[in-house]
Amino acid sequence: MAIGSEQVLHIAALARLELGAAEIAEMQRDLGAILDYVEQLRGLDVADVEPMTHAATLATPLRDDAVVTPPGAAALANAPARAGDLVAVPRFLE
Amino acid sequence: MNDHRGFESVIGLEVHAQLLTRSKIFCGCPTAFGATPNSHVCPVCLGHPGALPVLNRAAVEHAVRFGLAIGCRINQRSVFARKNYFYPDLPKGYQISQFDRPLCEHGQLVVDVDGQPRPIGIIRVHLEEDAGKNLHQGSDPSRSYVDYNRAGVPLAEIVSAPDLRSPAEAVAYLRELRAILIYLESCDGNMQEGSFRCDANVSVRPVGQSALGTRTELKNINSFKFVAQALEHEIERQIDVLADGGQVEQETRLWDEEAHRTRPMRGKEESHDYRYFPDPDLLPLVVDDGWLERLRRERPLLPADRRARLQGELGLPAPDVAMLVEDKALGDYFEAALSRCPGNPRAVANWVVNDVQALVKNAVGGAAACPVAPDALGALIGLVDAGVVASAGARQVFFELAAGRASDPAVAARALGVELVDDSAALAAAVDQVIASSGAEVDKYRAGKKQVIGYLVGQVLRRLGGKVDPKQVNELLRRRLDA
Repeated sequence: MAIGSEQVLHIAALARLELGAAEIAEMQRDLGAILDYVEQLRGLDVADVEPMTHAATLATPLRDDAVVTPPGAAALANAPARAGDLVAVPRFLE
Repeated sequence: MNDHRGFESVIGLEVHAQLLTRSKIFCGCPTAFGATPNSHVCPVCLGHPGALPVLNRAAVEHAVRFGLAIGCRINQRSVFARKNYFYPDLPKGYQISQFDRPLCEHGQLVVDVDGQPRPIGIIRVHLEEDAGKNLHQGSDPSRSYVDYNRAGVPLAEIVSAPDLRSPAEAVAYLRELRAILIYLESCDGNMQEGSFRCDANVSVRPVGQSALGTRTELKNINSFKFVAQALEHEIERQIDVLADGGQVEQETRLWDEEAHRTRPMRGKEESHDYRYFPDPDLLPLVVDDGWLERLRRERPLLPADRRARLQGELGLPAPDVAMLVEDKALGDYFEAALSRCPGNPRAVANWVVNDVQALVKNAVGGAAACPVAPDALGALIGLVDAGVVASAGARQVFFELAAGRASDPAVAARALGVELVDDSAALAAAVDQVIASSGAEVDKYRAGKKQVIGYLVGQVLRRLGGKVDPKQVNELLRRRLDA
């Protein structure tokens, strides 16, 4: 199934990826192949099959509502910039 | 507003309610408000590589209880999905939410505006995590700042159908929703601190048209007053646009409190293309029969139950009912006071919605923190009913109790000297004296101006230092004057 270069660019923009012309062509090929595969699956009769959202068939484990002491400043050690207790980012408007 | 220059408004609301858990939805970080910025964060809520979320059982229970309270179908198997977008307050680059298989669907809530109850559909209630908090005022004007303490706090997103037809209905819907969450002890309902937030989708269409008009989304409305104002302004604006032959643009607008109008969000709006997909870090959430049955059985008192009791069973006036239902703490106080003085619900309600309410209006904890115990108020009203103190004296006793100078109303009444004297001779003498010395008023009364009786009662009370029951004085005066 063909996928246009504009579609690739749109998805790339949503994912904040910058693609060169060669990469766009490559993505068109790869994504097209994935969509071809999905198209094949579409041909199957799955009327009686419960939709699957995960490879494991278990239910998600749950935890009790108990507080665990947070690690503190260490958790933020990799923040690119900080100002006191706050994480600093380039200014943006809401 | 239902018929406005030939247009009607169509409103749907999205509410985000912070659930009252101790720890976050997918990690053990505390949820307490007001902590040092970024002190309640860990690798999970900051989205460090390799950290895995584990769902908090209490968050699920809050959402299911709420779903049951509004008659939702509970999907015993629901799925968490990633909502992908980039924003500085979202550490992982996606929000864990629910998409095509939410926890609760197809609920309903009845709103009553001017005695016209209308069912409002609730499309879905799902669980998700909150984002961090952005701050734009700091030392460096080229920067914004982020506090991630809120990132990962559990939210229930509650989406109504576009069934609301006026700002008044929208506010009534929000009040009822908030009251239910508070009754369930699932959310503190604090709009200023952002634990109960509202976005509104609003459009207008010519009356009689069934197709919906183009809608705008209003954000940033953090009080009931602003919800009403923002919707009113936005509806007027859209009608102006259409009446001028223009078209409403689909956009997100912010309510500007200071300018008192809505304005488009600055900058290019994020594309609403979130590329949801099931979160591979989380297996489906299964609420089994036993769990669901237990939550069904544990159903606590809800606003509608209290409304039915106060209105139907006790026959209280509508404004009192509304106040005692919406403010759960005040309603609890009322019930506690009434249990001490069961014979006179109207008097108890009157005291609670006026005097108690005035006393605790700005107090943290509301009526639950009232310095006058409900039991003491019940006892005090009992003293009035028994004719031991008059209502003016009772008010003095109430303030004595409120100030913490006494705890037993009977003792306080005695100490203040406001107990009514049961001395009919003194009363008769005072009545005779007042009649003798108030010739002009007595003539007016006898000529048909019956309202001067109030003045005469006041004179008698003054002579007796207020220590008699005004009702008794009134009766005696009338008997003498009408003879």
